[in-house]
This record gives sequence, structure tokens and C-alpha cells, in this order.
Amino acid sequence: MTATMLSHAGRVIRPLVTLAGLVAVWWGLARWGHIPPYMLPGPDAVVHALWTQRGQLGPAALTTLEETLLGLLLGIGAGSALAIGMALWAPLRRWVMPMVLLSQAVPVFALAPLLVLWFGFGMASKVVMAVLVIFFPVTSTLGDGLRQTEPGWMDLARTMGATRLRVLLHIRLPAALPSFASGVRMATAIAPIGAVVGEWVGASSGLGFLMQTANTRFQTDLMFAALGVLAVMTVLLWWLVDRVLARALYWQRPHVDVD
Amino acid sequence: MSAPPAIRLEGVGLDFGSAPLFRNLDLRIGAGGITVLLGASGVGKTSLLRMLGGLEKPGYGHVVADDGLPLAGRVAWMGQQDLLLPWASIADNVMLGARLRGDAPDRARMAHLLESVGLSAHAGALPATLSGGMRQRAALARVLYEDRPVVLMDEPFSALDSITRARMQDLAAHMLARRTVVLITHDPLEACRLADTMLLMSGYPATIEEMTVPAGTVPRAVDDPAVLSAQSRLLRRMLQ
Repeated sequence: MTATMLSHAGRVIRPLVTLAGLVAVWWGLARWGHIPPYMLPGPDAVVHALWTQRGQLGPAALTTLEETLLGLLLGIGAGSALAIGMALWAPLRRWVMPMVLLSQAVPVFALAPLLVLWFGFGMASKVVMAVLVIFFPVTSTLGDGLRQTEPGWMDLARTMGATRLRVLLHIRLPAALPSFASGVRMATAIAPIGAVVGEWVGASSGLGFLMQTANTRFQTDLMFAALGVLAVMTVLLWWLVDRVLARALYWQRPHVDVD
Repeated sequence: MSAPPAIRLEGVGLDFGSAPLFRNLDLRIGAGGITVLLGASGVGKTSLLRMLGGLEKPGYGHVVADDGLPLAGRVAWMGQQDLLLPWASIADNVMLGARLRGDAPDRARMAHLLESVGLSAHAGALPATLSGGMRQRAALARVLYEDRPVVLMDEPFSALDSITRARMQDLAAHMLARRTVVLITHDPLEACRLADTMLLMSGYPATIEEMTVPAGTVPRAVDDPAVLSAQSRLLRRMLQ
């Protein structure tokens, strides 16, 4: 077995071992910790709920996934557009950035009821919630990337007689891609939070809605199952986005693992 | 390429923060030859070059071409680093100017230039896969693709090892012949090999002294006794 294969195997095995350890601790606590099942159901009960309630969990997960993906798409689009606008026209940054910061100073939990009131119990309020959560990291990271273009490239472009738009397209945007990618990774990890918070406050479907109804009925095993589905969905989505970004940033060295 | 112009600085003044770099500086850069600028770090060589390239405006005075035409659009730039875009292939880096101006890229011309600098086999490679010397050759091909009568070079070979540097000096001297070239260097040997005119900058605000160049045509041989003796004289003068 080559060193590369061993390294790949290690990358898969290490988190699995950690996960197995955590599940073992959880199982031990549930079995011998004298904690009632309505407070901490064991892993076996959660797996059972996962299987028996799959008819509810599947459609709920699809709803949350749809809200998350739409939120990501719109949040990344709007965040990028604002960052590019601010890079091209400095006064926009001075006028808009305080509002963007203000939007982050208000906790999304506090805004959720208002958004449900304004956009209804359907998908729109959850998508808006996800967009609000995603918007800032994308605007901020892409904006930083666009402001930090290597000055030598800008000098070179000026002597070449480049237009501002072409400098943006051919130099500043590609140069800002690594920074933008960090923002998108961050956004992907937190987008489901926006969607689920929206579902908690007012919805008729989705994993957040399912968790809330299970909570009121003391169906803690179903809550845990929904939480597990949400976690797996988020990890898979992040992994997929990370792969796409790694391909888009083909000129960069691969990630360095710190052991 | 249009005829290479001479360039004149007329009564130019420039400050760096509160420190005066130039006061009423007059200077003529000859047409169609290599003018080498030497001087201690911080004396204002790069600022002078940036003014010539239109990247910095003088506080007062004028930078003009002696043919009366504007310098903008007639200058190519080569910096201390190769400034190759890491996401673009060597071919795309060479044709960057065309892309930035919205012109149709001339692939045949790019291929010819890469062949001239010995990089034909690397047209599709990314800059990170090339050595420092190869990257500077690609940067030189990018300058040549621009086909400008004035070429400004800010210590372009300073990061290279001495053998690669000597080869790059030969290549640059041949490829940039008959253009108005201004080259900044800290290396007296490089100056003595490449200069048609040698200028030493010193003091605050800077004054410029013209130094004697060795006999012979550019690029002079590295072991030419006249070059070696001029190098010693120049180094002694720079140490004063």
C-alpha cells in the first residue's frame, strides 16, 4: 500500500473513529447514566426513529435542502454583486457597508418572527433568512479579496492600457477567488442554520418544523434523528462545495494537513 | 513598432511623504538604447521609473517624449517580480495585454515569441510549474508581445542566480535592441554589460551623475577586461 493510499485511508478512518467514540459515550450515558429517554434517547432509539419516521424525515429534509440551496444561490449572488459594486465604485462602500454591518448586529433569531410575518409561512421567509446569514461572509471575503489585488498586476495592467472592467474580469476577480472561496465555504456551513431557524419560528414543513413538533410531543428520538439528518446534509453539502471550489482554484497548492 | 523616442524630464519634483526625492530634476533618456539607473535603495529609482511609465505623477514639472507624442500607450513594464498571473497559462500570460485591451489575441505572434525565449514547450504550463529563470523569460515575452518602443525594467533579474541572470541579460539585450530601455539595477556587472548610458543617482533630493560606460557593444562579455575594470570603478564610486 502506497503512502498516498495510507494517507487517504487515514483521512477517512480518523473522523469515523472519533464519531464511533462519541456514539459509544452517548450510548453509555443513555444506558447507564440514569437519564430518562425523553431527555436523552440512545443511539439505537434514534436509528429506529430514523427508519420508522423516514416518511416524514425525507420530505422534511428535501424542503430544508431546497431552502438552503436557494438561500445559498441568492445569498452568494447578492453578496458577490454588492462586493463587486463596492470595488468598482468606492462611494457605494461608504454608503452601504454600515447597513450591511447593522444587518449582522441584529441576531437572526430576533428577525425571524418579522420575516415570517412579512414573507409568510412558506419557503420565502426561510430563504430570506438563509440569505441574511450568508450575505455578510460572502460580501466581506470577496470585498477583501478585491481590495488586496497585487499592486504589481495593477501597474502592469495600467501600462497595458486596460479598461477597469477588463482588469476586474481578468485580474481582480480571479485574484480574489481564494478569499471568495473561504466566504462560500463559511456560507455553506451556516446556510442551513438560517433555514432551520426560519422553520422553527413558523413553517408547515422542513427539518426545523419537524424538530419543533417532535419537541412539543416529547418525541426526542425523532428530534435527534432530524438533527442527524441535518448534520449529514450540511456536511455533504460542504464537502461538495469544497470539491467544486478546489477545482475552480486549480492553480493553488492542495490543502496542507496539519497533523 | 513606432520609432523609439528619447524622453525628457523637465524640472521635475516629487516628494515621498515629507521627504523630497527630486527637486527641479532635468534629465534626458536617449532614444533607442539602454539607459541603466543605479543608486542606493530608497534614493528614488523606482519612483523615477514609475513617473516615466505614467504610474506616478510628478509633484511638478513634466515628463515628455521628444517626438511630441504622449508616452501613454508606448510603454511596456517589467517589474522586480515576473508578475505572471498564476491561474493563466504561459501563453495567456504573454497575450494578457491583448485580453485587457479587448483586442483579438495574436496566437501566432505569441508562439513565435515563446520560441524566441525558448519556452515553446511550456506554452500551456502554469507559471508555478516553471523555474525563476523561465518565468522571467515568459515575462520578457509578455513585454515583447506588447511591442512598445519604450521598455521600463525595475530590477528584472535581481531574483535570479548569477548564471541565469547572465543568460537573461544576453537575451534581453538582443530582444530589446533598438528600443528606448530604462533599466534599474543594483548590480554593477549588469550595468556595465548592458548600459549604453549609465546614470548614478545619489543624495536627498537625488542628483544624477552620468558614468563612463565601457567600450564595446551591448551585451558586453562577462569576462571582458573593460567590463570588469568598469565594474570595479563603479562599485568604488557607489561605496563613496
